[in-house]
Amino acid sequence: MSPLERYLIVAALLFGIGLAGALTRRNAILVLAGIELMLTAANLNFIAFWRYGGHPADSGTGIVFVLFSIAVAAAETAVGLALIVTIYRHRHSTKLDEFDELKG
Amino acid sequence: MNSLPWLTLLTLVPSLGGLIVVSLGERRAAFAPRLGLLFASLTLLLAILLGTQFDRTSGNLQFVERHAWIPTLAVNYHLGVDGLGLLMVELTTLLVPMAMLASARVNRRAPLYFGLMLFLEAGLVGTFTALNFFHWFLFWELSLIPAFFLIKLWGGPESSAAATQFFIYTMVGSVAMLLAFLALFLAVGKFDFLELADLSRSGQLAASLNLEWGGHTVASSRVATLIFLGVLLGLAVKVPLMPFHTWLPATYAEAPTAVTMLLTGAMSKMGVYGFLRILLPIFPAQIRALETPLLTLTVLTILFSAAAAFAQRDLKRMLAYSSINHLGYCLLGVFAVARVAEPSPRLATEQAAALSGVLLQMFNHGLTAATLFCFVGWLERRSGGLRGLNDFGGVRQVAPVFCGLMGIALFSSLGLPGLNGFVGEFLIFKGSFSPATCSTVLSAGGLLLTAIFLLTLMQRVFHGPLNPRWTALPDLTWRERLVVAPAMALMFLIGLYPHALLSFTNATVSQFAKSLRAF
Amino acid sequence: MNWIVHQLWLIPALPFLAAGVLALTPRRQRAFAARLAISALAVSLALSCAAFVATLGHAGTGTFRERVNFTWFQFGDQALRLGWVLDPLAAVMLVMVSFVGLLIFIYSVGYMAHDANFTRFFCFLALFAGAMLGLVIANSLLLLFVCWELVGLASYLLIGFWFHKPEAAAAAKKAFITTRIGDVALFLGMLWLYSAGGTLLFYDAGEGCLENAALARIAGPSLVGWGTLVGISLLIFGGAIGKSGQLPLHVWLPDAMEGPTPVSALIHAATMVAAGVFLVARVFPLMKPDWPSLAGGIPLAGTPPPDATLAITWVGAITAVFAALIAVAQTDIKRILAYSTVSQLGYMFLGLGVGGVAVGMFHLLTHACFKALLFLGAGSVIHGCHDEQDIRRMGGLRRPMPVTFATYAVGMMALSGVPLLFSGFWSKDEILHAAHGWAGSRIPFYLGLFGALLTAFYMTRQMVYVFFGQRRAASTPPAAASGIRHPASGEPHESPLVMTVPLAILAVSAIVLGFLGTPAWPWLQTYLGADHGGSGGVELAKLLTKETLWLMAISTAVVTAGIGLAWRWYGQRPITDAGTPDPLQMSFPAAFRWLRQKFFVDEFYAATVIRAHAAWARFSDLLDAWLWGGLVLAVHFLTQGLSWASRFFDEYVVNLGFDAACRRLRRDGAFAAGLSDGKLQNYLRGIGTAFACLLVLLLWGGCR
Repeated sequence: MSPLERYLIVAALLFGIGLAGALTRRNAILVLAGIELMLTAANLNFIAFWRYGGHPADSGTGIVFVLFSIAVAAAETAVGLALIVTIYRHRHSTKLDEFDELKG
Repeated sequence: MNSLPWLTLLTLVPSLGGLIVVSLGERRAAFAPRLGLLFASLTLLLAILLGTQFDRTSGNLQFVERHAWIPTLAVNYHLGVDGLGLLMVELTTLLVPMAMLASARVNRRAPLYFGLMLFLEAGLVGTFTALNFFHWFLFWELSLIPAFFLIKLWGGPESSAAATQFFIYTMVGSVAMLLAFLALFLAVGKFDFLELADLSRSGQLAASLNLEWGGHTVASSRVATLIFLGVLLGLAVKVPLMPFHTWLPATYAEAPTAVTMLLTGAMSKMGVYGFLRILLPIFPAQIRALETPLLTLTVLTILFSAAAAFAQRDLKRMLAYSSINHLGYCLLGVFAVARVAEPSPRLATEQAAALSGVLLQMFNHGLTAATLFCFVGWLERRSGGLRGLNDFGGVRQVAPVFCGLMGIALFSSLGLPGLNGFVGEFLIFKGSFSPATCSTVLSAGGLLLTAIFLLTLMQRVFHGPLNPRWTALPDLTWRERLVVAPAMALMFLIGLYPHALLSFTNATVSQFAKSLRAF
Repeated sequence: MNWIVHQLWLIPALPFLAAGVLALTPRRQRAFAARLAISALAVSLALSCAAFVATLGHAGTGTFRERVNFTWFQFGDQALRLGWVLDPLAAVMLVMVSFVGLLIFIYSVGYMAHDANFTRFFCFLALFAGAMLGLVIANSLLLLFVCWELVGLASYLLIGFWFHKPEAAAAAKKAFITTRIGDVALFLGMLWLYSAGGTLLFYDAGEGCLENAALARIAGPSLVGWGTLVGISLLIFGGAIGKSGQLPLHVWLPDAMEGPTPVSALIHAATMVAAGVFLVARVFPLMKPDWPSLAGGIPLAGTPPPDATLAITWVGAITAVFAALIAVAQTDIKRILAYSTVSQLGYMFLGLGVGGVAVGMFHLLTHACFKALLFLGAGSVIHGCHDEQDIRRMGGLRRPMPVTFATYAVGMMALSGVPLLFSGFWSKDEILHAAHGWAGSRIPFYLGLFGALLTAFYMTRQMVYVFFGQRRAASTPPAAASGIRHPASGEPHESPLVMTVPLAILAVSAIVLGFLGTPAWPWLQTYLGADHGGSGGVELAKLLTKETLWLMAISTAVVTAGIGLAWRWYGQRPITDAGTPDPLQMSFPAAFRWLRQKFFVDEFYAATVIRAHAAWARFSDLLDAWLWGGLVLAVHFLTQGLSWASRFFDEYVVNLGFDAACRRLRRDGAFAAGLSDGKLQNYLRGIGTAFACLLVLLLWGGCR
């Protein structure tokens, strides 16, 4: 088993755990946490492919992607949390299945 | 001549009065009858003044008002009356107050009722004074609407159906007439009755029709006939001429009595008026060409309606058929006049007689039939809605004055000399005898049939042993006697001194006859 | 011109005025009503006498005839003129009508004393008198027609005076309508005359329709003109048939006896029914035109063409016998007289047809007197017997009612034509004389003789039944008690003076009047303008010519036979019981049944004319309801059907496709909308599933 595969397996597990959290949790914060986990799994893949994917060592593309991604994720989390806080203020709840105003 | 717009005033007063009365509202409904009567009397007063101003020596149109209205369509505001129009205006304005007085007890929506009556009056007066097809037709249709609502809202149990039938029937006729006139307008570009008559006299009408329609698939002469038939249909429904009469008995029977008085007294005259004002001057050639079928229809109208009256068991229906019969005599006179074409002095006499007879008969029938319906209405009110031929019996014992006065009206309708009916009928028959001998002889049978059913009416209702139900039937009240008193007085006056009425029409009749002979 | 000619209009106007006033008078004013009507007619009588006197002086110098014409109204530029005329014909009628009328007015005061509508009765009587007098003086066929109709109206009102009786109401209607059939004919004749001759005035300075200028204009030089003239005459005669109750329009007159008896006497015996005779006499120049004097006449071969007098003669002769036959078998005292009237009117027409104006008018005048007398006598009998009208339940009345008996006997003998003393003999003889000399045929003469026999027979029968024998009132009720409601109660009594005095006066005139027209002194004939070739003085020799004597002998024999026959059957064995069948009935049961039932004419009319009219009425009504109404309904259904079809096409053809597509779209949309339920995690789940599927697809399909 190459080291790449191991990383990929970890990342896949991490993604699966995040996905499961995002799909099954009713609490919006936990769903957000699940999404973060999935993003982390993606980041881990970036790093892994960068390290073992045969790219030139000095290119640094993987690192840059990840850094961007982490920054974007942080911003996203901040917006998400702000939304959740606002929703909570209005509805006194963060349970996602109670919010279905978007239905057609 | 007078500068006052008499004829405009005559239509304006009742229309404005109608608006005012309608706007009274339910809270002041008690004033409606009095206010309505006030306006109707005002109109009558105007009409009487008009009569005094009327120049009896002239057969021309008088009180003419003429203003451009829609010049591009040749529509003018053109009013005027001659002896014919004047007679009809007087009749209408006389009957409306009488009908209002006869319908004193209107419980529901009195303001609307009296307002509609005034609108009806305005429509009628407008029809009898307008000389341009466009607004003549407006008034013709306008009079239909108040009549429709009066029948529908205040009539008997079947009144809704009757009103609808009445409306649709007359509407079909009107549409045919409108189409005919549009065709005429497209050919000659004129709507004015007088101008059309002039064109017809000079032969230009036929030429223009030929020019406009001649190239099409139908022959030009047939176009003229078609146009004539359209107008004829519109008028024949109104008169009515058989077989376009079936709306009439149902409508007259279901309408409230006062409205029936106006329907038979004034509205049915619109048809005959149209024959004299439109058909005779504009389409004499067509009448002459279709003389035989038209006369046949007239004779059938006279004989069938008189016989059908005998078979009726409802007094109102019986009188309705009698109305058809009497107007049949008018048409007999009209068609006979059209037949006389050669300018010979003897036939001129016949024409003058027939025309005078028709005019007199129109007035007389309006007066007599309205009075008769008035009496039937009172009888119905006394009996609690019963008006069957066999529901009464011996009424003369408890109500001698009622029976005496109604008897006078019945004998007037029967054409007894000394009362108004006779002179008109005599003149019509005299004028029709030589131009249309066969039809006249057959129609004389109608005189006999009329006597049979009217006397049967008297026998069943007034004579015989007193029906025990009506031992407490009240006689005519003084108020009711006053309501019919003018009509009664007129019946005797016209019967004994027809000159009182004929002096208004003589000049018109002479001129009319002369213009017919100019063909 | 005499003043009376100008004031002639007053004669009818006064009774008219009285009628007008009485129509507005309250019912209580009985005495006033009677006084007003009687005084109005009395003044009319005085004026009539003055008019009569005015016509007398000119008897020798041709016919006196003055007229006043005036314009009634104008139509167009034409004028319709009416007028009145005073000539001998009008004058004698005026005197007769107002004289008989006045007596009957006076009589009515007694007869109607107990009636609640006394005032109304005099109003109608006055209306009648006015109309009748107007008819007499009319110088225009139109004015005559106007009055003619008014007379009919008065007759209608008076027959139906006791309108609470259904029979009276029906009889009034029947009278008016039956006479109106004739009136329509007269009306048409009038129209024809007007259009052919150009005027309706009788006399108008040579231009009137009875004068030669107009007659020549109508007759013209051709056969058509002759036909016109005869046609007009026949139509006018049709009016006379209706009014005077001739065959076939006689049915109303007997029924008219439902009216009060004075009415029967005045209107339905003496005057109104004679109006038909008068009309024919008035327009006689039209009926029997003087062909040679109508210049340029038809090329004739000797004999003049037949004119309307032919029809008049035959109708009169047949009616005279027909009605007399019926009268033989009647039992109602007034009906016998009614049929007798019909029969006598037939004689008058026969007289007019064969002998001209004077002959017919002579009988009219004498008949008016004795028939009024008979009717008033009958009224007196009815009054005295407490409204009993069936002669079988009278009998023996000559003792309690001597005056009535005596006067009735005079009337009966006058009617039967008992020789020499009574007026009926002279006037009837005059007719028979003329019929004997008639060129057309002998049959009318024999019919007249037979009628005379019957007349004597039925009058004797009636006399015997009513006045001889003994009272039969209390015996068994008769089988046919039709029309009788009050069985006689109490003893019969003589009528009051106010009723018997008119009887006496009429009885005297029934005798005297005959001497005005005997062959020896034909004053009336000369006066009426008939050419008798006499000097106007008394010439006994004329009476003694062979023909006259022979005819008088025959007629005397006939009358004697009639009276004798009746006396043998009815007088010798007095009938003691009201239920006893008539002796005639026992001898000829079948014939008697036909006569008793009036030859079933009423039944015949009921089965034909009346039923035809009812069927025609029903047919018209059905035609209205089904054919015309059906046509309208058909149009209605057609329109409705069209709109149905149009709606069907729209809904099921055009709209159906759209509708289906729309419905599908809506359903799918709803499904799609259901998918996005707003649950965030569901969306996410969808994305996840889709991603997984995509992954599987990519993996299995190979990364191509």
